[in-house]
Formats: sequence, C-alpha cells, structure tokens
Amino acid sequence: MSDSEIKYRMAKTGKLMIEILPDRCDYCGCCVGVCPEDAIELKEAEIFIIDPRCTNCAKCVWSCPIEVIKFNKEGVQAH
Amino acid sequence: MNKEYDIIVVGAGPAGSMAARFAAERGVSVLMLEKDRDVGYPVRCGEAISKAGVEEFIQSDDKWIASRISKFSFNAPDGTEVIIEFGEAGYVLERRIFDYELARTAAEAGADILTRAYVNGLLFDSDGKVSGVKYEYNGEQKEIKSKIVIAADGVESRVGRWAGLKTHIDFRDMESAVQITAANIPVDQNTLYFYFGKDVAPNGYFWIFPKGHNKANIGLGVSGIIGKKKSAQSFLDDFMNKHYPNAPVLTKIAGGVPCSVTLDKISGPGIMLVGDAARQVNPLSGGGIASGMIGGSIAGRIAAEAIKMNKLEHILTYDKAWHDRLGKRHETFNRIKEGIYNFSDEKFNSIAHSVLKIPIEKRTLGKVFTTALMNNPSLLLDIAKVFVI
Ligand SMILES: Cc1cc2nc3c(=O)[nH]c(=O)nc-3n(C[C@H](O)[C@H](O)[C@H](O)COP(=O)(O)OP(=O)(O)OC[C@H]3O[C@@H](n4cnc5c(N)ncnc54)[C@H](O)[C@@H]3O)c2cc1C
Ligand code: SF4
Ligand code: SF4
Repeated sequence: MSDSEIKYRMAKTGKLMIEILPDRCDYCGCCVGVCPEDAIELKEAEIFIIDPRCTNCAKCVWSCPIEVIKFNKEGVQAH
Repeated sequence: MNKEYDIIVVGAGPAGSMAARFAAERGVSVLMLEKDRDVGYPVRCGEAISKAGVEEFIQSDDKWIASRISKFSFNAPDGTEVIIEFGEAGYVLERRIFDYELARTAAEAGADILTRAYVNGLLFDSDGKVSGVKYEYNGEQKEIKSKIVIAADGVESRVGRWAGLKTHIDFRDMESAVQITAANIPVDQNTLYFYFGKDVAPNGYFWIFPKGHNKANIGLGVSGIIGKKKSAQSFLDDFMNKHYPNAPVLTKIAGGVPCSVTLDKISGPGIMLVGDAARQVNPLSGGGIASGMIGGSIAGRIAAEAIKMNKLEHILTYDKAWHDRLGKRHETFNRIKEGIYNFSDEKFNSIAHSVLKIPIEKRTLGKVFTTALMNNPSLLLDIAKVFVI
C-alpha cells in the first residue's frame, strides 16, 4: 500500500477504533488470517495492530473466538 | 547453519515438516524456521485424523496415539443419536508429540531447523522473484537467502501476501474455534462425537474427541458471520454448563480453521504455499493435518525437482498437482458444506430419525446418505442443490 493510500484511509476513518485487550489474547491467529490489510503483527506471545494500515473494518473483532478484540466507536488510544 | 539454502520453509507444523522432509530427501539443502520456542506446542487442534492420512507419511506409533477411533456418533438437535461403526478408522493424536516426530523425520532427511525465529519479511531479487527471508532471532534482525521459500505459516499466514499472492481469508470462511481438554468426561473412548444444531454450533459442528482415560478435546468453531453476534467462547460455555458443569479443564486454546476452497494461486516466482497457509483444509470436516501433509509433501518434492533441474519455473506446476490430488475434491466438499450447514434443526432431526431405521451393522456413510434421501424425499432437493452449483 502506498503512503497516499494510508493517508486516505486514516482520513476516511479519522481515528483508531480497534483495540486488542492486552493479556487476554491467546495468540491464535484468527484475526491475522482475516485482516484484509495485513495490519496485525503476531509473534510467539506478542500481538499489536499496525495502526496506519488498519481501516477499522472490524473483521478481526468478529473473528476472535474469545472476544479479546473490541470495536470502540469513540476511538481508542494507540498502544 | 549454512549461509544460504536451496529452500527455506517457514513454519514447522505438519505441512512445513513434510515440505522440508520431501525436499531434503532429494538431496537439496533445506532450512525450516519456526517462531515458537517448541515445535508442536501450543496444540491448537482437535487432533482427529484418519489412519490412512497418518500412514501415508509415518508409521503409527503408540507414543502419539491418544485413542483409536472405530465409531462416529452424530447427534441431532433433538438429542437423537446416530452411531456409525467402522473398523479401526482413525486416531485422536497427541499432537504435541506427533508434530515433533514429523519434524524429526525432516531433520533425519537432512533439513536444518531453527526455532524462535520469527519471519517478518521477504527478500526479492532484481526481477521481483522471492529470494529469501528476513527474520528476528534473539532480538536481532537477520536475513538469509534461498532459491525457493515455502510458506507453511498456518492460519495466520502472512508470508504469501508479502510475495504478492492474495491470501487473507474471508471472515465468513474462518471458523474461529475454542477448545478445552477436560478430564472426567465419561464418553466412549473409541468414538468421535459430533453435535449439530443452531443452539450448539450454527453452521458447523460441536465436537467431543476422546483422548483416553476419560480426557477429551471439546470444542467448536463459528464463522465470522455468527461470531458477530455470539462468540465461540459463549457457545462452549453454554454447552459445558449444560452437560459437564463440573468437568476439570486441563487446557484451553483458541484457534482458527480456514474452511474454504484452496487459494486461487498457491505458487509464484520463488514462493510456494502449503497447509493452512494455502487454505488446504478439508472445508467440510475442518481437518487439515492430513491434507496439509499432502500439500507439503507435493510442494517439497516439486521444489527439490526444480532446484535439481535448475529450472525454478517448475514450481508453478505445484498448483495443478495439488488440484488433481485434493484441491478439486475440496471444491465438492465445500459445496456440500454450504448445503448441509444451512440445514434447519428440523431437517437434522428428520434425517437422524430416518437413519436410525437402518440396522447398525448396515450403516455405512454411503447407506446413511441414500437412506436419508429415500425416507425423506424433500431432502433430495437440498442435496441436489448441494451438487448442482
Ligand atoms: C480448534 C481446532 C481444531 C482442529 N481440529 C482438527 C482435527 O481434529 N483434525 C485435523 O485434521 N485438523 C484439525 N484442525 C486443523 C489443523 O490443526 C490444521 O489444519 C493444521 O495444524 C495445519 O497444519 P499447518 O502445518 O499448515 O499449520 P500449523 O500447524 O498451524 O503450523 C504453522 C506453524 O507456522 C509457525 N509460524 C507462523 N507464522 C510464522 C512466522 N512468521 N515465522 C515463523 N514461524 C511461523 C507457527 O508457529 C506454526 O508452528 C483444527 C484446528 C483448530 C484450530
Ligand atoms: S479492523 Fe480490519 S483492518 Fe483493522 S486490524 Fe481488524 S481486520 Fe485488520
Ligand atoms: S483472534 Fe483474538 S485470541 Fe486470537 S490472536 Fe487475535 S486477538 Fe488474540
């Protein structure tokens, strides 16, 4: 994705709305598998959203089997 | 470790280990990288597999067989149980040991293995062909070159995307699963139990797979469509509260099963995808151990041939080889899945009732299927729908 596309997406969505609750993740990879933007980094026991890539599409939220990802309308702090 | 390899395999699950082994056996140099500290752990799997699926690759061994399976029990929403008997048809594995053993066979064939190596990018040569990987090891960023990279990085696969293939899975096809291994579950130790219906597992099935000594893997997966409203976790909690409220839970894991047809393209210049990364799971059953090993073995063989012939384009023949062996069959299974998993609870019940009329010794899967049809002609239409499109 080019820089201008990233800026466009940030402009479109305004703020970050997706949050992974720290400490509750099982590192299973469902969210990574469905993310259309390659916006989630998952190591052995570490996970984070690559903020500039995320479009707030919420597919990861629906695919997390243990409800660890939240969609917050008001926006969330970048970790 | 060498400075360069003919083939680098990313991920040491069943698919990666078989790719590494089948390549190394042909005399080319192979390195397999795994991000976790242990091969085979954590286990994110129900661990059921057919005997034939195992024995194509490794001789059965008690040390990784938790139980031997000779019966299936299908349970309709109204509680009707249909049992089908086979000979010794399959196993519930101890995958922690099984995956380890598979990796050992790769090592014995000559593959190098490095754990705790997290692959986070690819190297490309000037004409855009994949020519190695970037990885993090001991907190240091490193690179290593290879002629071919085989991505066996599972459901969370990203390697294929970096190579420019379209790999992310539609959230509707992702069965997001949660499973516990519980003790004191007094089910028959040679039977796989499947439960259907909108209350237990809409659009899929709930499973209890025995692991010996009344331990069992208990879980389910739900599509993202269902997950929007209710998570796999809530379904599992409901089932356990109802049936086994006091069962001690030994482990609990989350996991994803990509239940779709194989990706349109599973090879490209310098890159091949195998196992869950290629979406080679049987979309009807959700089983991906055996099919991943098959995909891995085909890719490993073709990659080694390409190196030996000094003709790297040869790896592009992998797509067709996979399609002929299993990919085509998975397309049919996927159509059946879309038919069956949309059945209403009433339909599941009425099929179960007609099948019960077949004496157990005559109940084969095929007979169950045809009798269900004859006793329940309205089903014909549904099944026809399944096969037509
Ligand atoms: C809950 C559940 C139940 C299941 N039940 C069954 C069943 O009963 N029977 C059956 O046949 N199948 C079952 N499956 C499916 C089966 O587990 C998978 O299809 C199978 O493990 C796929 O093998 P694989 O080698 O492709 O991937 P995996 O076994 O997932 O291996 C991929 C490996 O790649 C590593 N990796 C990922 N990214 C990187 C990276 N960037 N760098 C380095 N390493 C990386 C991972 O750590 C992992 O070890 C189930 C799955 C789930 C989630
Ligand atoms: S909201 Fe969409 S883009 Fe953002 S991390 Fe989740 S799946 Fe990826
Ligand atoms: S799907 Fe949920 S549990 Fe699994 S890795 Fe993503 S956030 Fe963690």
